[in-house]
Parts: sequence; structure tokens; C-alpha cells
Amino acid sequence: MSQSSRKVSNTGTQATRVIGVLAIVVMIWVVVSGLVLTPADVVQGESVRIMYVHVPSAWIAYVAFIVTAIASAFYIFAKRHSLGFDRVAGASAEVGVMFMAITLITGSLWGRLTWGEFWQWDPRLTTTAFLFVTYIGYLAVRGLDGSTQQRAKRSAVVALLAVLEIPLVHFSVVFWRSLHQGATILDPNGDVKMDGLMLFTLFSGVVGFTLVFIWLVLHRQRTMLLSDLAIERGLDNAILERQNESARN
Amino acid sequence: MKKSMGKGRVVSAVLIKDLRIEARSRVVTNQVLPFAGLIMIMFAFALDNDDVLQRVAGGLIWLATIFSLFVIVQRSFAIDTVDAALDSLRVAGIDLSAVFLGKAIALTLQLMALDVVLIASAFLLYQVQVSAVGLVLLVTCVTCATTGLGFVGTLYGGLTAGTNGRETLLPLLLLPVVAPVLIAATRATEAAFGSGGAATSEGWAWVGLLTIFAAVFGIGGSLAFGPLIDE
Repeated sequence: MSQSSRKVSNTGTQATRVIGVLAIVVMIWVVVSGLVLTPADVVQGESVRIMYVHVPSAWIAYVAFIVTAIASAFYIFAKRHSLGFDRVAGASAEVGVMFMAITLITGSLWGRLTWGEFWQWDPRLTTTAFLFVTYIGYLAVRGLDGSTQQRAKRSAVVALLAVLEIPLVHFSVVFWRSLHQGATILDPNGDVKMDGLMLFTLFSGVVGFTLVFIWLVLHRQRTMLLSDLAIERGLDNAILERQNESARN
Repeated sequence: MKKSMGKGRVVSAVLIKDLRIEARSRVVTNQVLPFAGLIMIMFAFALDNDDVLQRVAGGLIWLATIFSLFVIVQRSFAIDTVDAALDSLRVAGIDLSAVFLGKAIALTLQLMALDVVLIASAFLLYQVQVSAVGLVLLVTCVTCATTGLGFVGTLYGGLTAGTNGRETLLPLLLLPVVAPVLIAATRATEAAFGSGGAATSEGWAWVGLLTIFAAVFGIGGSLAFGPLIDE
């Protein structure tokens, strides 16, 4: 493989390598501390360990969708409709859907152990499920036929509409019913009711998952760039071949 | 040079065009209405209990409305994309938000007509009852809910118009968005019917939510529709 083609096909940089190593180190700490070092909860018992995955993945899923919305807004409202914003929005949504799936699965497992049911029609759960389906729809819109600019415009509008939709869904479901456990960590009075090591492990999880998210989004948006370039170059090469063909004839 | 049409004239022209197509083709009358009526009958077969049917009548009416919405929206935009009619409107240089409003009002009126029939069938098939005050709530609820559905249906119909796989994509995109309408309109309708001992006054808060939904997607749709089809 030539030096230039190796450069184009490589999605890693010095920064992504540093982020990747940091993510591995923090995640190893979270696994060891979450499974071995931290004590079982007085009320929830061993099931509390699910929280070290559930809470950070939920946090990252929401951050991912905010990133998608902001990048989409930049794409729509910036004078030069840069496809870079579109690729960041798409990459962030893909990773967000993955983390949202982890949130729903771990939440169901925790619910089975704590509430005795895999699913309850609680506002936060229901909103999360709707958010999950909404962004699966967003990814389906990204997969529609058309040019890269068409894809970018359609998906940016859907992402911004989702920002309007989610508060309405949440508000309607809150009205409908409420059961979810109240906020433990983000208590409005600042009264945190958790063991120190448990809290530190949870925040380590948030940091670790954030690093994994950044690493995945950086790589994914670069693979999207390569994919777009391949389509463009494929078209250019095809035109060039036809021109050469007609020149020969 | 001839002066371009004003926004109001574009809205009314698109509205009359969509209603005239329906009057001539009678698709809503001959196909969507029987389809919605069948849904109400099939629910009765599935639930097979008069008390349960009375209790859930509100939800069944709105589920049938939402299923019918997909059919009407897909048909409306299928006509507009044949022979690039939507592109012709676009290159005519008219305000695309006016096209959105015209199509949304036409869709709302068709949904309202559909709901009148669905509610009448609930009276006949499920033996629901409504007081005079409940009727006022019901009419307001239908007006606000169908307006919201008209806006959101037109917006997402424009998004999927002319794409491959739009038949499956439209429900995937629309169902999560219309969830607030389903919840709020069902609760308001149940309050109007007095289902499960619900008081009529309980329904007005839900009508408020329906109004907010319609306003949000009316404004959002007017802004987003142009960029969506401007390709």
C-alpha cells in the first residue's frame, strides 16, 4: 500500500490514540471498582452495580443527541453548509443510539431486580424509549437515497424537529403517570446520599463513557468522510473513464 | 412582469386543489373511511367486552385516526410527486410555507370529517355517551388534535415524499412524534365521554397540551417545509 493511500484510509490520529488509551484505563478502573471494590447497596443489594453502566450510558446518550442537534443547527444555519457538521451529527446519533440501547437494556435488568418487572410505564423510561425510536428514524432518514447534501439537509431538519418533539413527549408522559426513582445524585438541594467510593466510581464511569463516546464519534465521522470521498471519486473516475473512452473512439 | 401571488392566495389555492382532488377521486370517502370503520369493528372483535370498549373508546378513535393519517398523507404526497408537481410549485417561486399551510389545512379538514364518522361509530358500536358540556370539550379536542396531526403529517409527508421505502419510513418517523397527540386526545375524549368516571373538567388540561403541540409544529413546519422539499 502506498504512503498516500495509507494516510487516506487511516482514521486515527495522535489525539484519538491518547483518548483511546485514557478510555481503556478509566474503563478498567470502573470495572474493577464497580464489581469488586465498591460495597453492595443497603437497599438495592448487588443490583446497584448496574448503575455504574446505566447512569453513564444514559448521560452519554442524551449528550450524543444534544451534539447531533447542535451540529445539525450549525449545518442548517451556517452560511457555508459544511458536510463536516452533518457527519458529526450522524456519527453522534449512531453512537447515541448504541448507548441508548445499553441504557434501556440495563434499566430493564435493574427494574426486574428492583420493581419485579422488566418494564414500567414511567415518564423517564417512556421518554427514553421514544427518544430511541426517534433516532432510529433519524438514522433511517440518513440512509435515504439522494446526494450527500440532500441527506444532510433532511437529517438536519429531522434532528431539529426531534428537539421540539422530545420535551412534548416527556411532558405528556409526565402528565400521564410518574413512578421513576427520584434524582439521587443531582439532588436540587445538593444533598448527595451515596457512599464516597460508589460516587467516585459512578463519576469515573461518566468520564470513561464520555471518552469512549468522543473516540467513537471521531473515528466514525472520519469513516463517513472516507465513504463520501469514495462516492465522489467513484463518480469522478467514472466520468473520466467515459471521457477517455470517447476520446479514444 | 406579473406580480407573484400573495401568501393567502397560495394557501387557498393549494387547499382548494387538495380538496378538489379528494372530491373528484373520493379516496378518503370510499377507502379511508371504510378502513377506519373496519378498525373500530376489528377492535370490538378483539376486545369482545362492552364495558372495556366503553372504557377504551377514546383511545380506539384516536388510534384509528392516526392509522388513517398515514394513508391520507402518503396519498396526498404521492399525487404531488407524480410528474414532479411539487417541483413545479417550487420553481414557480411561491412561498413554500404557504404550500405547507394549504396542504396542512386540507389534511386537517379531511381528518376532522373522518373523526366525525369515527365518533359517530363509537356512539353506535360502543354505546358511549356524552353530555352537552362534554360535547363542547369533544369538539375542541377534535379541532386541536386534528390541527396538530395536519401540521405534523404534512411536514413528515414532505420529508418522505419521493423517497424509496416511504410507506414504512413514514410510520417510523411519525408514530413517536404523534405520541403526545394520542395520549392527550385520548384523555380529553375519555373525559368528554366520562369513561371510567373521568370528570369533563379533567379534559381541558389535555386540550391545552394539544394546542401547544399544534402551535409548535405549525411554526416548526412552516419554517422547515421549504428547506425539506427545496432540493
